[in-house]
Amino acid sequence: MHNFDFAKPSTIADAAKALAADGAQALSGGQTLIPTMKQRLAAPATLVSLTGIAEMQGVCVGDGGLHIGAATPHAVVAKEAAKHYPALADLAGGIGDPAVRSRGTIGGSIANNDPAACYPSAVLASGATVVTNKRKIAADDYFQGLFSTALEEGEFVTSVVFPIPQKAAYVKFNQPASRFALTGVFVAKFANGVRVGVTGAGNDGVFRWAEAERALSADFSASALSGLKVDPAGMNADLHGSAAYRANLVKVLTGRAVMAAG
Amino acid sequence: MTKVSMTVNGRAVSGEVEGRTLLSSFLREGLGLTGTHVGCDTSQCGACVVHVDGQPVKSCTVFASDVAGAQVRTIEGMANADGSLGVIQQAFQDHHGLQCGFCTPGMVMSSAALLAENPKPTEAEVRHYLDGNICRCTGYHNIVKAVMAASGQDVSALAAE
Repeated sequence: MHNFDFAKPSTIADAAKALAADGAQALSGGQTLIPTMKQRLAAPATLVSLTGIAEMQGVCVGDGGLHIGAATPHAVVAKEAAKHYPALADLAGGIGDPAVRSRGTIGGSIANNDPAACYPSAVLASGATVVTNKRKIAADDYFQGLFSTALEEGEFVTSVVFPIPQKAAYVKFNQPASRFALTGVFVAKFANGVRVGVTGAGNDGVFRWAEAERALSADFSASALSGLKVDPAGMNADLHGSAAYRANLVKVLTGRAVMAAG
Repeated sequence: MTKVSMTVNGRAVSGEVEGRTLLSSFLREGLGLTGTHVGCDTSQCGACVVHVDGQPVKSCTVFASDVAGAQVRTIEGMANADGSLGVIQQAFQDHHGLQCGFCTPGMVMSSAALLAENPKPTEAEVRHYLDGNICRCTGYHNIVKAVMAASGQDVSALAAE
């Protein structure tokens, strides 16, 4: 790994200043970024840790739903979101393994937007709002393809606000070697309709499955999906699973998530 | 180089580190605490797990500078004050929960984190919690048995092999 200068500001304002410098990169839990740097796929001149900023930590209920500080580790979300948004807590408690969950954060996950990460599906299916040091971004505008987001230079996620659905569940098919989702589906039923977020499957990253949303909004049962088909043309394919396999997983896991949501 | 200070196994320590110095390197090369093993260096295997402020972390995937001021506990901090093996360590020995021993420091630290939050785990909970710790020798049965025994549960009915 190439060397770098390390900075650990204690406020969002100081982090924004540090990240405005040339070659500066934000570091959250580091569970993806550090392995990436070891492979020399990233070589920032300055690494700005966001884990020492108190105003980016914690879980609380507020305007618009459940507010989660961007630097909150998965293990904390798994515990503290459980009574407010159990499906989201379940998702957080199933990411990686316990040691990864001690460090990895929601902000880091959605800033990286790995196409097989769990959190993007929940953010998209919940219609959450991504709050940055500069503005608020609707989930539908935030995710922009593989490892791509609406974040601009020097911009970083400070919190995520989740509207709390009536019913929800996340079901994933684990890829056991990487501990990422081979495919994962988050289903959320709100008073005004159902949203379905799919991760791990799409060849352009996380996406909403519109046909399933329409069918489930009319009839929230797994059988409502029986006539639907997922087009393999839009699916990712690799040595772990073909596009047709993933397309089938999307449908099967959506049904399981609906059943789990009850 | 910058100076970093933290508490390791109850002892205040400090040393000079680069930005890129990993916690695992600081422990092993800076402090000579070579009980923390680096197996894969890609955050897959869990051999390097230590506790930071009570939470299990992969010390190969944390920068030393990022945990300045923290309370760190390593395998060297697991023995009793008189040098005898701690309860989990003794259970690994009693139940043959290791062969080559390379993964054992991480196994013991992860197991300690599990038992701290769930003092009487089921066999399934032990297996699930140790998902991020890879052992290439034992096939896991005796590791799971050791953790169950360390929690004070009867393990006579668990598979012996």
